Amino acid sequence: MRSGGAWPSLCSRRAENGKTAMTSEAGKPNSKDEAAAGAPPEFLIRLEHVSKRFGRHTVFKDLSLGFRRGETTVVLGASGVGKSVLLKLILGLLEPTRGRIFVDGSEITHLSERQLVPVRKRFGMVFQGAALFDFMTVYENVAFGLKEHTDLPEGDVRRIVKQKLALVDMDGTQNLLPEQLSGGMRKRVGLARAIAMEPEVILYDEPTTGLDPVTADTINDLILRCQRELRTTGIMVTHDMASAFKVGDRLVLLYEGEAIADGRPDEIRRHPDVRVQRFITGNASLTAAPKT
Amino acid sequence: MKLTAPIAAVGRAAIDQVGDLGNFAVFTAQTFAWIFTDLTRWRLLRPVLYEVGVLSMPVIIFTGAFVGMVLAVQSYFQFDALGRASWSGAVINLSVVKELGPVLAGVMIAGRVGGALAASLGTMKVTEQIDAMRSLGADPIRHLVVPRFVACFVLIPFLTIYCDFVGILGGYFVTWGYGVDTYEYWQHSASVIENWDVFTGVLKSCFFGAAIALISCYKGFQSRMGAEGVGRAATEAFVVSFMAILLLDFFIVLLLQGIYDALWGRVAIFV
Ligand SMILES: Nc1ncnc2c1ncn2[C@@H]1O[C@H](COP(=O)(O)OP(=O)(O)O)[C@@H](O)[C@H]1O
Ligand SMILES: [Mg+2]
Repeated sequence: MRSGGAWPSLCSRRAENGKTAMTSEAGKPNSKDEAAAGAPPEFLIRLEHVSKRFGRHTVFKDLSLGFRRGETTVVLGASGVGKSVLLKLILGLLEPTRGRIFVDGSEITHLSERQLVPVRKRFGMVFQGAALFDFMTVYENVAFGLKEHTDLPEGDVRRIVKQKLALVDMDGTQNLLPEQLSGGMRKRVGLARAIAMEPEVILYDEPTTGLDPVTADTINDLILRCQRELRTTGIMVTHDMASAFKVGDRLVLLYEGEAIADGRPDEIRRHPDVRVQRFITGNASLTAAPKT
Repeated sequence: MKLTAPIAAVGRAAIDQVGDLGNFAVFTAQTFAWIFTDLTRWRLLRPVLYEVGVLSMPVIIFTGAFVGMVLAVQSYFQFDALGRASWSGAVINLSVVKELGPVLAGVMIAGRVGGALAASLGTMKVTEQIDAMRSLGADPIRHLVVPRFVACFVLIPFLTIYCDFVGILGGYFVTWGYGVDTYEYWQHSASVIENWDVFTGVLKSCFFGAAIALISCYKGFQSRMGAEGVGRAATEAFVVSFMAILLLDFFIVLLLQGIYDALWGRVAIFV
């Protein structure tokens, strides 16, 4: 686990929780509210028998998946497999057709938009196309959450925005509009907006897709830096294998709505399932997993 | 199985329509809830006021002027044949103030502003900006719909008055060109048109403005993915707003006419 003891503790609660993660076995079904049980639940975020349909189109049939604190989990899958839908389910932006979703032991599945606000404040999401507000400047974009949820004086907001933009190497662009930025710059501003409120969990939707390899790698470095400096739990969905192996503590492969592989990067590399090997090697004609 | 398929299809379509109406009602209620709990911030409102108000002026002036002029051409010959050319003023101005000014201003705004609102919100929807706003714990209705609603509702009466004004001028210039006596023209118009007529025209327009804003924002929020979805949302926003204007117009007139009748009884315009 990357967020081990080497770094000075910025936030004692999160550092503590980091130590308990990754110890017990995966995926045990437990439906009662775990917060009442005292000990922090193994998974910060958990999906339990989730199915999601759009009209007649089924994205997930019966998906159970957990995400541990302090860990960066990369969810891999082909385009259209439902990676973005998965992140939106976690944030409550979409409601599952069936099943339940827990954040920190409490169920969020049927919460109203208003009840979801405190939950969402613990998350930051970096959207696939950055999704910057196009009628606002870079500064207003990054300051949006602070203005919405805090009464900080303008000077403090300005300072925080500057600091977050500096973290993604975008300080100085405060007064530009999103349309004046390149794709890579937009993603970086999107990242700055997601971390402005110092969330516990950051969700990344294909942060490197559509970027050239070098820009993509700078985004990977930024993600690693944010994980280290803010000690966050990360969930990243992508089909970029280089990025997955670089930032992931754990990899999950989605295939036709099911998680067919789940493990550490080296376990995934040696995975016996041919579908997994096809995906990570990018070789569609592979007929059997290579022997190791 | 085969026989019941069409019936099932009709039923499904009906359920979809009713469900959509229900969603629209919730959307409207949420918009009103925000208007009354936190009055819109000026920073959000100003650009929308500019977009809805200032940028609509050219089409409003154009529409108003030509409607007034065309009415004048049509009615002048009718009344001249009766030997009462100056009476045309009453018909032109009454039509403009009561019906054509408000309705045509509404239709023009539905086309210009409604389509633009649906397209811009639809773009925000398909580029995930609305999801992004929700993910930041903010309410998109409060930030995006309320300012647009307030702008339409507040500005449409002024745009309607402008449309009326230009229409009246247009009608006057055409009849003046035909040589109608100016004093008699205005004298007759003033004796026929009451404050009530002007007031009801403007009052109607407030309902049109509210309908345009709510329908267009709703259509934008419901936009399907892709550029095609956004285009569809803009077209539907215009068509549905247009129908809503005609429908509202009929029922409001029905109601107001009833009220007028109860208060003041019936008056003949031409005696
Ligand atoms: N809001 C929606 N309405 C209808 N279908 C949707 C919606 N969002 C996603 N889908 C469908 O769900 C499937 C998975 O989409 P998505 O999660 O975006 O895929 P990806 O893995 O590429 O991110 C796609 O087939 C898409 O068409
Ligand atoms: Mg996606």
